[in-house]
Formats: sequence, structure tokens, C-alpha cells
Amino acid sequence: MDLQTVWFVAVAVLWTGFLLLEGFDFGVAALLPVLGRRTQDRHLMLRSIGPLWDGNEVWLITAAGAVFAAFPGWYATWLPALYLPFVLLLVGLIIRAVAFEWRHSHHTDQWDTTWTHVITAGSLIAALGVGAALGATTLGLPIDADGNRVGGAFAGLGWAALLGAVAVLGFSLVHGAVFLALKTDGPVRLAARAFARRWAPVAALPLLLWALLVQLRSGTVATAVLLLVAALAVLVAWARIRVDREGQAFAAWAVVLLGSAATVFGAAYPVVVPSTIDPAFDVTVSHASVSDYTLTVMTWAAGVGLPVVLGYQAWTYWVFRKRLSAEPETSPEPVTA
Amino acid sequence: MDVLDIARWQFGITTVYHFLMVPLTIGLGILVAVMHTMWVRTDKPEWLRMTRFWGRIYLINFVLGVATGLVQEFQFGLAWSAYSRFVGDVFGSLLALEALLAFFLESTFLGLWIFGWGRIPKKVHLATLWAAVIGSVVSAYFIIAANSWMQHPVGVVTDDATGRPEQVDFLAVLTNNTALAAFSHTVVAALMVAGAALVGIGLWHLRKRELADAPATDVAGRDGGDYGVWRRSVRLGGYVSVAAFLLTAVTGDIQGKLMYEQQPLKMSSAEALCETEAPAPFSIFAFGKLGSNECDDVHSWTVPYLLSYLAHGDFSTAVPGVNELQETYAAAYGATYPDDPSFGDKAGEPIDYTPLLAVTYWNFRLMIGMGSVSAAVGAYALWSTRRGRVPTNPVAVYGSLLAVGAPFVANAAGWIFTEMGRQPFVVYPNPDVPRADQVYFFTAQAVSPGVSAGEVLTSLVTLTALYGALAVVEAWLLVRFVRRGVTTGDGAPTPGHTPEGTPDDDLPGGRDQTDDVLSFAY
Ligand code: HDD
Ligand code: HEM
Ligand code: HEM
Repeated sequence: MDLQTVWFVAVAVLWTGFLLLEGFDFGVAALLPVLGRRTQDRHLMLRSIGPLWDGNEVWLITAAGAVFAAFPGWYATWLPALYLPFVLLLVGLIIRAVAFEWRHSHHTDQWDTTWTHVITAGSLIAALGVGAALGATTLGLPIDADGNRVGGAFAGLGWAALLGAVAVLGFSLVHGAVFLALKTDGPVRLAARAFARRWAPVAALPLLLWALLVQLRSGTVATAVLLLVAALAVLVAWARIRVDREGQAFAAWAVVLLGSAATVFGAAYPVVVPSTIDPAFDVTVSHASVSDYTLTVMTWAAGVGLPVVLGYQAWTYWVFRKRLSAEPETSPEPVTA
Repeated sequence: MDVLDIARWQFGITTVYHFLMVPLTIGLGILVAVMHTMWVRTDKPEWLRMTRFWGRIYLINFVLGVATGLVQEFQFGLAWSAYSRFVGDVFGSLLALEALLAFFLESTFLGLWIFGWGRIPKKVHLATLWAAVIGSVVSAYFIIAANSWMQHPVGVVTDDATGRPEQVDFLAVLTNNTALAAFSHTVVAALMVAGAALVGIGLWHLRKRELADAPATDVAGRDGGDYGVWRRSVRLGGYVSVAAFLLTAVTGDIQGKLMYEQQPLKMSSAEALCETEAPAPFSIFAFGKLGSNECDDVHSWTVPYLLSYLAHGDFSTAVPGVNELQETYAAAYGATYPDDPSFGDKAGEPIDYTPLLAVTYWNFRLMIGMGSVSAAVGAYALWSTRRGRVPTNPVAVYGSLLAVGAPFVANAAGWIFTEMGRQPFVVYPNPDVPRADQVYFFTAQAVSPGVSAGEVLTSLVTLTALYGALAVVEAWLLVRFVRRGVTTGDGAPTPGHTPEGTPDDDLPGGRDQTDDVLSFAY
């Protein structure tokens, strides 16, 4: 594999990792009004993602940074083409971030409710926004030979963006529900299970459709197999959650994303921004990339850095592995001093 | 206004705003880690209470830094895509490395620190905070390396095929002398911000409890033990303010000398020095028509010889004036912008190589002036609290509280000076390199060609309004929190039964049971 391919894979892994991790906190946040009927249930839901969401979000920053670092031509085509949608996405992420922190900085019911709603709204905007952006970059944007958008401010927001948006939201909702079923106890766990049981088969359809479209455009046999795996994983996840095997359902649901994302990126390669105006205008990996020297430097840095990051993030998940409950704890955890 | 102007305003506003949180995060992060370390080593409850009080402020601020930092990561692509294409080979990798090596460290370990009270062993818990703080400092290093490369591009050659810089020496980019100088200056400037906060808030509380005749336990936030908290905070803050100011002067002096070589026009504009002079005087106060950007209309009170010293380390060297430099630059880089559509409205127009005189001149003075204010307040705090004294003079105490803002202003002014002083270039030509091999880029060609003025204006208005609203809530929360001070529960934890080990929502009856000053968690 040449370095450009390595970095295309790295970028794909970062975006997928981001969706996989932030996907469940998007989902939990979006489900707050649905599953968190009682105040303490909402608090429980928020506590399940409290220590994790910020670390998850850095996957987005790293993914965007890696696009800029390895493929500035992609970064510089993609972002301005979807200028206002990206700004909206940023607004969503900003209000969500501050709401997480501010919600518990002042204690009145009104305050609590307001910021809980903001968390939900921000997460919805962000999930839809990321999905739209990713949908557009794999399915097509109206760009000319110089990579500039043809048409007005919203010309980039076609059906491709819409499909991507719905796909990411659909995936995240069930992902969040299964996560809650796995991480919590009590009424939230039951409600989350019921939600996942009802919606799992439907929620993955837009995601699978997206992958199918890219597959039909430029897929290979390998990507077709991956897509099949993703589709089967939906059934497995559904079957497992129906028998209350939450861990297995969570793993299977993760495979749904991994398979679909692998199909999308694998089939799209080497095109990073397909042009809906003329395929000759497509931005490809080789157009967009930086020099081999820079790629080599980054390969070393990522080769050393990424395993370390994965190591300590895994440790965080381990530290906070305990199932959470809204009911009073009978035996407080022993403290190691 | 055209796209260029709007995009510049947007970048300036969002970055300066981001940089209000950043220095507090860096500076306070270091000091809270020191407090936490002192607690682990001495087991004195004051240190724990300080850790928790200042830690809370650190966290409230941190989140806003994260939220505004997100915009930074994307806006190079959104509004400055031509720039992003041009510098991609160097600039992007530094941003990506910042995220990979610094932001993950910061966010993951901060999560562990916040939620780890009582959950992980004491020393490991302390280490999580240090890891997060190191992450902040590493992040500052990478972003400043990126910025310094724009000020002084090293480690690249021009690729003949594309006309873009191609990286050939990554180590040279990381060890850019401009970056090392700017990094050390920025970190000590960040410590000034934290020092001023400790001093201003600490003195205010000391005075308040003195007047309330504490240790009366029925006064909110007063229990007798809080005296030690505020006194230590003031002393620590005072030492930090004074020492960090001296270090900003040392590192700033190094930057000045580099600037004299690398960006002489910025230096002479900062001094409103029109004609080349040897020895050159340092201007104290300028009058005349500084705003007209017509250098000869400006007159100032000066200190002879001083500028020669600042620029070059002796009292006689000539410092080139604005008028001469303007001509040198016009000869080297053209008197007018090329007549090319990529320069937008500026195509074919004459190039003004002199940055806005009023901006560079006054921001340079504002930076040093506000820094001096802060150092003076720090010195006053140390003196007025010597041997257990408590200052009650309202003017001095409220003045110190107000002066919490001074190093923030100094920081913003320093950056506005740095960034606007490099105009009209966004990537400044490096004079150490032969003219033919120089890499440079005009700001006028940096904006996204495909984006309309309406779009950028929309985002400028949206983001500015959002940031304004966030500032209001943030300020309200901080003021409320600061006024309340530290409470009894913040003190000595009983191992095996730490209130902070159990997030307050866990407790029967919900959050109101525990004092919410304690609530680090959800
Ligand atoms: C509390 C904040 C603070 C204080 C007290 C000072 N500075 Fe500063 N200065 C900054 C905060 C700052 C900054 C905001 O952090 C800058 C912007 C870019 C940078 O590297 O640091 C800066 C930039 C900056 C530059 C511009 C470098 C460039 O454009 O390449 C110079 C020459 C100085 N400083 C010099 C000084 C001197 C001689 C000081 C004497 C006391 C001083 N600064 C105090
Ligand atoms: C955090 C402190 C910083 C502040 C306060 C700051 C401030 C500013 C300001 C005020 C401008 C507008 C200048 C003008 O009128 O054109 C600007 C422009 C810019 N700055 Fe900075 N800057 C900071 C750091 C950085 C860093 C670290 C980078 C690079 C990583 C950077 C890159 C740029 C770019 C690309 C522009 C746009 C081009 C221009 O208008 O000059 N800035 N910045
Ligand atoms: C000298 C200038 C800058 C320094 C020292 C700096 C440093 C920092 C620090 C310490 C944080 C941690 C959060 C906080 O502030 O509380 C942060 C957040 C962030 N900064 Fe800046 N920053 C600077 C300018 C910029 C610029 C120009 C960018 C644009 C690329 C940027 C991108 C970010 C991002 C994406 C985050 C969020 C990271 C997270 O989730 O932890 N910063 N920055």
C-alpha cells in the first residue's frame, strides 16, 4: 500500500471511530426526552456518557485534522462547499458541549430542564450535520474543476446529504439505546431495551442504503461482502436484544457501522469528493494529498501515538465500567486512598 | 464589505475569543495541579479545598475553550480554503498532531480526573490531572508551531509544479526559533492570567471574611478554615504574577530581537519609527495622526537608544524605518498585487506593506502595560498580606479584583499585534532564505473562492451572537460560583466515605442533598 492509501484508510478509521464512539453519546442525548421520563432517569442517562463524550468528540477533531493534514485538497473542497451546514454543525456541537457542563453548575429544575433540552437539541443537530457532511462527500457535491461549489449556499444539501443525515441519526439512536441497556439498571434499562427492540431493524436502513449506493457506483466484491456482513449484523443485533443479550447486541450493532463504513469508504476510494457536475471533476486521493515526506512523518507520529491513545481511552472505559443505577446505592464503593 | 474583510473579522473575533479561555486553561491547569500535588503530599485540607475551588473554575472555563476550539479546527477550511490548499503540506499536520497527541490526552484524562475522585487511587488520580495539563501545554506548542511557521516559514522548499511549499524538514518546523520563543512567552503569559485570578479573587474573599468578622460559621462560605485557602491562594498568585511577568519580559525581549530580523516592518510599525535611525529611540507615547497610516504625521515622546537595544541588544545599531522598509518590500514583492482573479477585489491594487500603525503601536503598549498592572497588583498582594495581614482597603481590593482582567487584555493585545502586524502577508517571507526560494502568501489570496459574502456574514453574525450569549451565561456562573467561596464540605475527606466519591445525583433525594460546590460530577 502506498502512503496515500494508508492515510485514506487512517482517515476512514478515524471517522468510523468517531461515529462508533460519539454515536452512542449522540444517541443517549437524543433519547433523553424519550427514555428519561423521570428526572433521576435523565440524570442517570447523562451520567452514563458524562466522562466519555469529550474524549469521543476528539475523534471528530482528529478526523477533521487528519483530512486537512493528509488531504488538504479534500478539506479545502469539502468544507466551503457545505459552508453553512458545517457552521450549523458547529453551533450544535458548541451548545451541546457547554450544556453538559453548565447543566450541573446551578441547581434549579428550570435550569436543569433547559440545559437538558439543549443537550438533546445540540446532539440532534450535530448528528444530522455530521451525517449530511459525510453523505455529501461520499455520494457527491456540485463542484467544478477547481473544487469550488457550483450554485448557491445550499446547493451542497441534496438528497445525498439528507440520506447521510438520517443514516447517522438512525444508527446513533439505536446505538445509544443499546449502550444504555448495557450501562444502566432499572427503568432506563428496560425502556432502552424496548426501544432498541422496536427500532433496530428500521433504524439501520438508511445507513445500509447509503452504503449500497456507493457500492453500486464503484464497489468491488470485497466491499459487497462487507455490506452483506453489515446487513446480517442488523439481524443479529436485533435477535440478541430481543433475548436481552445486551453486550452481544452492542457488539453486533457496532459491526453494522463498521461494515457499512468500510463499504462506503472502500467503494468510494480513490475518490474523496465525487462531483455531481462531471465525474472528471472528482477530487481523488492523489489530487488532494500532501507530499510523501509529510505523510511519512505523520505515519510515524500516528503509529506511535494512536496505540497509546487507544490504550488510555480503553482504560477510561474500564474505570467507568460499572453499571449505573438511579436508585440509591446500598453499599457505597470502597475508596482506595 | 467583501468576503476577505468579513472572513478576517470572523477569524479575529473567534480566535481572540478562544484565546480568552486558552490562557486560563493553561495557567490555572498548572496551578491546580500544583495544589492537588501539595494536598497529596501534605494532606492539609486547605490544599484540597483550593484544588476543588480553583479546579471548578478551571473546568467551567475549559469547556468553553473546547467549544470555541472546535470552530478553529474547521474555519481554516471553511473561510480560508485557498490558504489551506497552499499551506497544507505543513500546517495541517501540526493541527492533526495537536489533536492526536494533545487533545486526546487533555479530554480523556480530564474526564478521569473529574469523575475519578474516590474511584481511582489517590496518586493515580493526581497523575490524571497532570496528564491533562501536559496535554494543554503540548497543544499550545503545536498550535504555536503552526502559527510561527506562518510568521517565519522554515523547513520547506517551493514545489515547482504547484508553486506550493513542500515540507522537507519537519524537525526544523518544530524547532523554529520563532516557535520556541512564542511558546515560552505564551505559557508564561498564561500563568499571569491564572496568577491574577488567584490574587484578585483571594483578596476579595479575605477582605470579605475579615469584615464579616469570621470565623463566624453562619456566614455562607465561611467556616474559619477558609482563611487558609484564600491566604494561600493570594500568596501563590502573587508570586506567580510577579515571576511570570519577569519571564514574559525576558521571552518577549527574545521575540523582539527575532522580529527585528524576521519582520522588521512589524517592529518599526510598533514603534511608529518612520525613518531609519541609529541609535533608534523607543517611543513611549505617540500623538499626531497615527490612524492615518501616514507615518510622517506621527510624533512621539521617546527614550533614546532603547529601541536599538530591544531590537539588537546594543545601544547604537540602526533600526530601519517604515518608509524605507515599505520601499524595500515593494521592490522585492511587487508594488501592486498581480492582476489575477485569485486576489479578488485587490487584484492590480497597490500593496501596503505597512500594517495599521495605530493597531500595532497601541496593542504592543497595551500588552506590556496591562502585564505591568498585573505584576504590580501581584507585588501589592504579597506586600499587603505579609506576616498574616489582611488588606481591607476597598480601593486596593476591588482594584485587584478588576485587575483580574488585565492579563486577559494583555494576551489579546499581544495576539492582535502579532497577527495584524504581519499583514499584508498571511505567510510571511522568511528573509534568511534567498529571494527566489522564499515561500510567502498574501492574505488577499487566502479566502475561499467559492464562498459568498452572504454566507460568511451569516456565520460571522451567528457565531458572534452565540459567543456573546455564552459569555453572559459563563460570566454569570463564574461570578455566582466565586462569590459563594469554599464551604465546609470541601475540606478533609474521610476516606471510605468521600462525598465527592459519589456523584451527587447518586444520593437519595437527588442533588440538593450535597452542597453543590462539591459537585464536580453529574
Ligand atoms: C500577559 C500577557 C503578556 C505580557 C505581560 C507580555 N506579552 Fe508579549 N505577547 C503575549 C502576551 C504578553 C501573547 C499574547 O501571548 C503574544 C502573542 C503572540 C505570542 O507569541 O505571544 C505576545 C507577543 C509578543 C511579541 C510579538 C512576537 C511576534 O509578533 O512575532 C513581542 C515582541 C512581545 N510579545 C514582547 C513582549 C515584551 C517585551 C513584554 C514585556 C513585558 C511582553 N511581551 C509582555
Ligand atoms: C490564539 C491566539 C490568536 C489570536 C488572538 C489571533 C488573532 C488573529 C487576528 C486578530 C486575525 C485577523 C488579522 C487581520 O486583520 O487579518 C488573525 C488572522 C489569522 N490568524 Fe491568528 N490569532 C491567533 C492564533 C493563531 C494561530 C495559532 C494561528 C494558526 C494556527 C492563526 C492563524 C491565522 C490565520 C490563518 C488568519 C487569517 C488570515 C489573516 O487575516 O491574516 N492565528 N488572527
Ligand atoms: C496560540 C493559540 C492557541 C492555543 C495555545 C490553543 C490551546 C488550546 C487549549 C489549551 C485547548 C483546550 C481547551 C481550552 O482551551 O480550555 C484548546 C482547545 C481547542 N483548540 Fe485551541 N489553541 C490556540 C488556538 C487555536 C487555533 C488557532 C485552533 C485552530 C486550529 C485551535 C483549535 C482548538 C480545538 C479544536 C480545541 C478543542 C479541543 C478539545 O476538545 O480538547 N486552537 N486550544
